[in-house]
Amino acid sequence: MALSREQIAMRIAQELKDGFYVNLGIGIPTLVANYVPDGIEVMLQSENGLLGMGPFPTEETIDADMINAGKQTVTAATGASIFSSAESFAMIRGGHVDLTVLGAFEVDVHGNIASWMIPGKLIKGMGGAMDLVAGADNIIVCMTHASKHGESKLLPACTLPLTGAGCIKKVVTDLAYLEIEDGCFVLKERAPGVTVEEIIEKTAGNLIVPDYVPEMTFA
Amino acid sequence: MSGFDKVVHSYEEAMAGLEDGMTVLAGGFGLCGIPENLITQIKKMGTRDLTVVSNNCGVDGFGLGVLLEDRQIKKMVSSYVGENALFEKQLLAGELDVELTPQGTLAEKLRAGGAGIPAFFTATGFGTPVAEGKEVREFNGKSYILEPSITGDFAIVKGWKADRYGNVVYRHTAQNFNPMIATAGKITVVEVEEIVEPGALDPAHIHTPGIYVDRVIVGTFEKRIEQRTLSQG
Repeated sequence: MALSREQIAMRIAQELKDGFYVNLGIGIPTLVANYVPDGIEVMLQSENGLLGMGPFPTEETIDADMINAGKQTVTAATGASIFSSAESFAMIRGGHVDLTVLGAFEVDVHGNIASWMIPGKLIKGMGGAMDLVAGADNIIVCMTHASKHGESKLLPACTLPLTGAGCIKKVVTDLAYLEIEDGCFVLKERAPGVTVEEIIEKTAGNLIVPDYVPEMTFA
Repeated sequence: MSGFDKVVHSYEEAMAGLEDGMTVLAGGFGLCGIPENLITQIKKMGTRDLTVVSNNCGVDGFGLGVLLEDRQIKKMVSSYVGENALFEKQLLAGELDVELTPQGTLAEKLRAGGAGIPAFFTATGFGTPVAEGKEVREFNGKSYILEPSITGDFAIVKGWKADRYGNVVYRHTAQNFNPMIATAGKITVVEVEEIVEPGALDPAHIHTPGIYVDRVIVGTFEKRIEQRTLSQG
């Protein structure tokens, strides 16, 4: 069975390490915060200028001056700091954020990512996505493996305008965990009950399939 | 002493000198930390053909969105403009120009502009449509694009507290783009919730030193929330 949105987030959360500074994009990436493993501490960076994002507020603590990059009202966690957008992107561009998780329309075997613009549709803007992918070393892209019509989103070459070139090494989809190495996707894990054949069929870019592909495990 | 008294007492005075065709830099992220009343004053003045540099363009009927109603904005420089139906309509009709700029690049363009740096190299946007027509240079095996900085005729800023010297502190994440915007205007106008006595702000905690600020005005703010999200239970 393909993973649910929550299970994709759970799988990505397994990549979190104690002491990580993490930037989570909008959508499934945001859910990763709900599955931080017990016994470790991570600090969430929100690019509008908050390091140490806490839970949503209550009716009593809600504050219009306290939002995250998704423009949602939030709180500051213990140990948080607040700063300008220039400082925030200095952290991001300077490579100080340990893990960045974001969604995408397409990725390809060269590590290119397209996530912000579909020609012919209204262009809303890239926000901070281009800075995040250009500045981070450790990026996980999360996305569905194929479109609703069954077309692969893991391609030989992205067809949409890029968000970043040659910057993606890890992809978690509803079917698999893959890494990108030397112009190929490498199948590392499959979702429980999903066959290697289905993943091969839904991966348009070059795919290396090791002899043994373990199933993901969830605690 | 009066040379350091930057407090003005009317919004007319605060925005005096704004003319058609000028570039206005506006602080804020979404609707958080936006100079609500200075925007309203621009609407009242009816100034046209403005180039506005701001991360977003407000929403329909609030924030910078109100300047679209009478087509006062000619060009927007922003990283994300998705929350505004009127914006979309004018863009598709060719009545409005937009220059989409990555958020970190926009912040740095303003920081550099205020700091006297005319351009800088960044990896952000290399290999994407943003890089089109821009100089590319390699440093240590990685490719970077040359991005020119931004300055403006007017900078409109939302602070929390200021003194009459123009020293400003911001409140929580309402800081966002405001400190860089404050440095990059020929005339920088800051509206705040409270003007405090000189000496009341700790000099070590000032976000924007008064040297960048030309005018300070106290206002009242609606502070509309864009995404009201609460903890369950």
